Amino acid sequence: MPALVVWIGIDHCGDSLPSRRFCFVQERATIETIWNGLKEAIRLIVSQDPALFEILLLSLRVSGTALLFSTLIGVPLGAVMGLSRFIGRRFLIALLYTGMGFPPVVVGLFVYLMLSRNGPLGQLDWSIIPNLFTPAAMVVAQCIISFPLVAGFTMAAVMGVDPALRQQVQAMGATRWQTTVAILSEARVGVIVSVIAGFGSIISEVGAVMMVGGNIEHRTRMLTTAIVLETGKGNFDLALAIGVILLAISFITNVAMLYLQGKGFDE
Amino acid sequence: MNETIYQLRGITKSYGNGFALRLDELDIRRGEILALVGPSGAGKSTLLRLLNFLESPSSGSIRFMGAELRPGGAMPLELRRRVTTVFQRPVLLNRSVAANVRYGLDLRGRGEGDRVKSALETVGLADLSHQRARTLSGGEAQRVALARALVLEPDVLLLDEPTANLDPYNVGLIEGIARQLNQEHGATLVLVTHNVFQAKRLAHRVGLMLEGRLVELAEAEAFFESPADPRTAAFVRGEMVY
Repeated sequence: MPALVVWIGIDHCGDSLPSRRFCFVQERATIETIWNGLKEAIRLIVSQDPALFEILLLSLRVSGTALLFSTLIGVPLGAVMGLSRFIGRRFLIALLYTGMGFPPVVVGLFVYLMLSRNGPLGQLDWSIIPNLFTPAAMVVAQCIISFPLVAGFTMAAVMGVDPALRQQVQAMGATRWQTTVAILSEARVGVIVSVIAGFGSIISEVGAVMMVGGNIEHRTRMLTTAIVLETGKGNFDLALAIGVILLAISFITNVAMLYLQGKGFDE
Repeated sequence: MNETIYQLRGITKSYGNGFALRLDELDIRRGEILALVGPSGAGKSTLLRLLNFLESPSSGSIRFMGAELRPGGAMPLELRRRVTTVFQRPVLLNRSVAANVRYGLDLRGRGEGDRVKSALETVGLADLSHQRARTLSGGEAQRVALARALVLEPDVLLLDEPTANLDPYNVGLIEGIARQLNQEHGATLVLVTHNVFQAKRLAHRVGLMLEGRLVELAEAEAFFESPADPRTAAFVRGEMVY
């Protein structure tokens, strides 16, 4: 595990000349490792390495599907909680805020226990309930992680819209549905941010997908679990390549969302 | 102008324990300009919300164009869309000026661009049609609010302190448009204002509201020249009336 050796070496730098020389050699080795890794990363990306792209496509498929479900559940839920007043609303908000801070490994553990053969859902053996160590199980885990974020941020965005707007839109003849759409439209930047936050929380998440997916090659290996695996094996080039791709996905997503806001970069 | 467009009977509106509005009887005539004056908290804006069917009364009934609104009920959408309000503090959508004016037509599934242009010309904002509405001054924003109401060609236009905090130019412009809408299109106008002079300039009939009740309702000339209630006389003289 060269990375471990590097850090141990740096941590043990002393004032004596041999000791400092040792540190210098180790630091240079680290920088070379990173540089070589970045070059290899670019080569893997440019050459469209099949292993890398298989992992990338699976990650996008799983996180994209999870985000779709999270948005379909989270945006209407956030809108209802932001616009309505009903008994138990505060309790639901407290639950939602708790969900926003859920540690992914806890979600992974929960989904693992629910879907395992002896778990309450696994026992049912229904076709609609996914098996453990499948992409569908990872979608379930990622949905649970991201939908409270989408709902919570949407609720906050909706509550931030001027309350007088609702009455003024109704005064122009809007139906209940049209009023909700108008308020969501005014809160669109916040709603888009909620979706970005939801996506960010799952594309970079490792604990839950590792537990319920198992990091099985060609089946459930995701970008994040692959980084963990390749780093452990000392394959920093592949790990870095995957890391660069993760960063690129995050950047492209944010750029796309900014354009969806209709603003671009002119502000 | 004797046909009645609204008939309010035994209306109360309460929020929590207190009554915001208690009206035994109020008829509003088609094609008139009715001004409601009175201090803050008198129930004027509450009455406008009921007249726009944004809320239902706590008790009593509102008859409008053959339909009746009772507590907990809702006015049919088609009738609700014959009424609109210009509020004291307009909240515009975060879109262009033209999109704001077009919004009410979009709600009705009508895309009549010429009317948007015409409404913007009427309020003198045709040059700003592509500007973002949130960048407008207070007076311009209020004119956009008036334009988005005009474009709907409402049977009833409710004006809730539409010129409060505006400069004399904008006040004159908005009053002129309101008068034109009433005279040329026969729209019924209900104007809520603190300004007795504005009521005098515009209204056919004027009512004084105090503590949720209609103290006096009379033809404008009678209201200002020979008020029946001493509180009306004091209000018209500019004295503090609560």
